[in-house]
Amino acid sequence: MDTLVSQLQRQFRDYTISLYHQGFLDDQFTELKKLQDECSPDFVAEVVSLFFEDCEKLIGNMARALDQTGNVDFSLVGSSVHQLKGSSSSVGAKRVKGLCVTFKECCDSQNFEGCVRCLQQVDIEYKSLKAKLQDLFSLEQQIVQAGGRIPQVDI
Amino acid sequence: MMEVCNCIEPQWPADELLMKYQYISDFFIAVAYFSIPLELIYFVKKSAVFPYRWVLVQFGAFIVLCGATHLINLWTFTTNSRTVALVMTTAKVLTAVVSCATALMLVHIIPDLLSVKTRELFLKNKAAELDREMGLIRTQEETGRHVRMLTHEIRSTLDRHTILKTTLVELGRTLALEECALWMPTRTGLELQLSYTLRQQHPVEYTVPIQLPVINQVFGTSRAVKISPNSPVARLRPVSGKYLLGEVVAVRVPLLHLSNFQINDWPELSTKRYALMVLMLPSDSARQWHVHELELVEVVADQVAVALSHAAILEESMRARDLLMEQNVALDIARREAETAIRARNDFLAVMNHEMRTPMHAIIALSSLLQETELTPEQRLMVETVLKSSSLLATLMNDVLDLSRLEDGSLQLELGTFNLHTLFREVLNLIKPIAVVKKLPITLNLAPDLPEFVVGDEKRLMQIILNIVGNAVKFSKQGSISVTALVTKSDNRAPPDFFVVPTGSHFYLRVKVKDLGAGINPQDIPKLFTKFAQTQSLATRSSGGSGLGLAISKRFVNLMEGNIWIESEGVGKGCTAIFDVKLGISNESKQSGIPKVPANPQHVNFAGLKVLVMDENGVSRMVTKGLLVHLGCEVATVSSSEECLRVVSHEHRVVFMDVCTPGVENYQIALRIHEKFTKRHQRPLLVALTGNTDKSTKERCMSFGLDGVLLKPVSLDNMRNVLSDLLEHRVLYEAM
Repeated sequence: MDTLVSQLQRQFRDYTISLYHQGFLDDQFTELKKLQDECSPDFVAEVVSLFFEDCEKLIGNMARALDQTGNVDFSLVGSSVHQLKGSSSSVGAKRVKGLCVTFKECCDSQNFEGCVRCLQQVDIEYKSLKAKLQDLFSLEQQIVQAGGRIPQVDI
Repeated sequence: MMEVCNCIEPQWPADELLMKYQYISDFFIAVAYFSIPLELIYFVKKSAVFPYRWVLVQFGAFIVLCGATHLINLWTFTTNSRTVALVMTTAKVLTAVVSCATALMLVHIIPDLLSVKTRELFLKNKAAELDREMGLIRTQEETGRHVRMLTHEIRSTLDRHTILKTTLVELGRTLALEECALWMPTRTGLELQLSYTLRQQHPVEYTVPIQLPVINQVFGTSRAVKISPNSPVARLRPVSGKYLLGEVVAVRVPLLHLSNFQINDWPELSTKRYALMVLMLPSDSARQWHVHELELVEVVADQVAVALSHAAILEESMRARDLLMEQNVALDIARREAETAIRARNDFLAVMNHEMRTPMHAIIALSSLLQETELTPEQRLMVETVLKSSSLLATLMNDVLDLSRLEDGSLQLELGTFNLHTLFREVLNLIKPIAVVKKLPITLNLAPDLPEFVVGDEKRLMQIILNIVGNAVKFSKQGSISVTALVTKSDNRAPPDFFVVPTGSHFYLRVKVKDLGAGINPQDIPKLFTKFAQTQSLATRSSGGSGLGLAISKRFVNLMEGNIWIESEGVGKGCTAIFDVKLGISNESKQSGIPKVPANPQHVNFAGLKVLVMDENGVSRMVTKGLLVHLGCEVATVSSSEECLRVVSHEHRVVFMDVCTPGVENYQIALRIHEKFTKRHQRPLLVALTGNTDKSTKERCMSFGLDGVLLKPVSLDNMRNVLSDLLEHRVLYEAM
């Protein structure tokens, strides 16, 4: 008989696997999960939320910098991209990181349109990742509320 | 009554004088008769209490009418007219009626009046009685007040003398006594001594034997007893020209506490001891002892007894307290002296330890060297003797120093892993030469389940075994010596105060050394383990030794949570020395004698390891911190190089610095840290976290003095391995 808990757990497992397969997350995310224990039960959530705040801030900086038409400070944009790349690689946001690499190249070559395009893509990408991770976390909460344990997912 | 004169026609001339007198008398009678009712009415009006007014009215009427009759008589001396006769008749008739009525009334009234009188008398008596009783009560109240006041005075002080003096004074005052005295039993209890008097100052040492009949009489009852003024206890006043000595009363005062009257030699301690209080009324006063006064005296005597006991108890407790304080002070001084002595001894030992050993070392070393050179046989013999003697002396010194440290409790076992089997064989090798010389075969039996590698203090265990076996050899002239070592279980025979419980990774080693030598008198066995005591005859005295061996061995055995004892069946029957010690079982099969803490190839736990993480990127900083915290480190984070320089201290073992951001500045910090920590062991290890994998980064890191490079992002296992390698080897360039 399928209880609510096991249903949720299956959902969670499937969703997590899909995220990995679709390239949203990579191994680093798995590493993060390893660091979550009784001492820091919300470690992953905290890191992830910090990352998204960071994203927002950096993207805002970059948008402002790119708005200065005719006087774009590419080094500023470049350093922000560098930061974003570092952050995304720390949390395992694979797609974002990939985009940052492209973005960096555009900055280095001072390709304005390229930068703008990359920025838009990065914006879309991080937001979708944020939504997906929120779904994942809410699934976790549902499992916990239903009295079950969050299953270990091996990719 | 009056005489009605029936003369109708009196003739004046013959009895004129008589008539005149009658006339006058009648007049006066009438006047009197009229005035009496007036007086009655007046006085009755004045007193509102008189209940018989109607009677009075009647009486008044009666009298008035009588008077009227007499008045009318005045007119009868002359010719009686018809009116006068009529009036007279009427008056007489009325008078008759009223007087009869009054007479009848009076029959009822007079008894009542009489009873009023009796009641009055009765009431008067009652009033007198009440007055008397009032007087009594008042006196009693006075007495009570006196008692209360006395008690208050007596109990307001806890000083014995004040109590007694006050008692006498107050009693003297209250009862207006001539003399008041207190006799206390003496130390021996055989006599009563005059201790306090009221009037006479400085009573002389005046005693009376306690066994007098009068005294026994008084002591026999708790009441106040009247005694003769001539009895020895009462003969206190100068008897001069007094006719009548005042009455004397004596009462006993129980002494409820013996503290002040130490009867050390008194064979039978009577439970109750009394003092005697003697009170004398003034002479020539004819005063008598009243009951209430006697009661007062008894009450006071009781109160005094209580007050005295309190005073005695207080004295006792004060004395005890003073004694305690003195003892405390003495103890404190003794303790301080002891501490000073210990300190002095420790200082001495510390100094001597060094001072004595240095020359000893020199002697032993040089003698050994001398032995190696070319010597004549005589010289060799001399050098050998010197060496032997100095070794002995060195051992002796060590023993003494060890023992003193053992006693302080400052000696600690040096634990290490060693081979138990080898230890036994070494001991035997050491002893064998002497045993062979004395022709004493020694056998060693090691139990098959005896662990080979154990954890314990190798040196001291060897010392113990050597000591025991050495003793066996020393005190045996013939026979064999057997040394047995086994693992003991809890059901083995052991002294009753020792309970053997093998725990987890520990076991109890039991060593039995049996010899067939001199043996020991069972009575001497307890003394064996005391310092410097050797049960010896002159013969064995030559075997040398300080007598400390067993004492030290016992201390060591105790330190190893074990027990040591000796069994012997008597002199000449040999003895068995047995000891148990707790040893740990080692996992290693290493055969090194180097004491080493069992090391695992991998540190899995970096508990409390202080590290510093420097990263400008908040997210990666957080991730790195989480990683290290998960491994158990104590992590501090900084976000810039300046901050890093400020925060870094020698407490941090490792500094992880992010060098991803382009620029050379990040590497500069490594140089600055090198500058800051000049001593190599104080400097924290520096690890760079970078996203680059090329060789140039590695070379650059090395050139800037970093101890290692890590590729971001770092996995948990990676970090773990890296940290343990780093801490072991202090360098790491492999995690690429």
